[in-house]
Amino acid sequence: MNLETIVKEFGLEVRCAPENLKNNVTGGYTGDLLSDVIANSREGYIWITRQVHQNIVAVASLKEHAGIILINSCEPSRETLEKASQEKIPIMVSSLSAFELTGKIYNLLGKKD
Amino acid sequence: MKITVCSTENSLYQDSFDIEGGNFNKAGIVSTRIKSILKQMGLPADVVRKCAIVSYESEINVVSYAKKGVINLTVNPETVLIEVVDEGPGIPNIDLAMQQGYSTADQKIREMGFGAGMGLCNIKNYSDIFHISSEVGKGAHLLMTINIKQ
Amino acid sequence: MKLSEVKKILNADVIVGEEHLDLEVKTAFGADLMSDVLAFAKAGSLLLTGLTNSQVIRTANILDIAAIILVRGKKPSTETINLAKEFKIPLLTTKYILFETAGRLYAKGIVGCLEKVENNSVLD
Repeated sequence: MNLETIVKEFGLEVRCAPENLKNNVTGGYTGDLLSDVIANSREGYIWITRQVHQNIVAVASLKEHAGIILINSCEPSRETLEKASQEKIPIMVSSLSAFELTGKIYNLLGKKD
Repeated sequence: MKITVCSTENSLYQDSFDIEGGNFNKAGIVSTRIKSILKQMGLPADVVRKCAIVSYESEINVVSYAKKGVINLTVNPETVLIEVVDEGPGIPNIDLAMQQGYSTADQKIREMGFGAGMGLCNIKNYSDIFHISSEVGKGAHLLMTINIKQ
Repeated sequence: MKLSEVKKILNADVIVGEEHLDLEVKTAFGADLMSDVLAFAKAGSLLLTGLTNSQVIRTANILDIAAIILVRGKKPSTETINLAKEFKIPLLTTKYILFETAGRLYAKGIVGCLEKVENNSVLD
């Protein structure tokens, strides 16, 4: 399943790198501790977090995530947006909580796989 | 700006609690005390909750950044006042500190699940009136009012 | 749903609160940042987190959280366990990551303890 399907399904607002919405999503990781995300997430995962600091771009880039979704209507900082645009990592925003959004994406990924 | 808690002749309860800077093992003990005191006094659950959150985030701030501090709790018939005074580096730029996401926290604080630049926002959001002032090199002063009757 | 069913869905181990598995839970909140929990989590919810230090228990106690699920098979310290006992907060641990934990519970009918946050932008 590609990112675009998830964006459309849950009305996510794309903040940068729309050219990469064709990225394939292989799974998901929800979490706010960067060291945990580095240790446990995998390539192609969609990362769900409320961290907005520019370090999230470095982590997503390192782990080759499909994209980052910020929950609770959290907006990325200006530096985060600039960096993510450069690195071509899509950042999306959802008004849902981490639990709700994770539940919905988990179900969607389960159905199509 | 110096704010003092107005005299409270008709206050129902008043107490002060010391907080040790840097000691994460004890962080939260004071706010747990405050929560149980307010609960025992029979205050409405949402008021107890607001006061507990405000005290807890303040306590974490003192432990994280200051040498020591004190929380003064005053319960009046219509309001709860929570005053936090600490001795520490103070806050050089309060506007910046109040921005959600801004933080000067070190790794240790972040490992505890704090230091993501949300604490002061939480304190402000859960207070009905919020005052913050600071003198760099001396410390910070927070005064929060939580209304008992909405 | 009873906590005993949550335990089953997550293949979880009960560290504290074996006697409280009859507790009913309907909602959950998942986060690794305690300030996020303090901002949004509601009383009576499950707290799903990857943090294991004692502040997790203190935060749960401040908010009257029903029970805590530690994800990714994380083991809490003795201090954390003792505090959970003291506050009588059930503490469970599951090997699943938070994504899987939330997904499984959501699929079985647990909902988020808040639906939406409309405006949470950085004050800039």
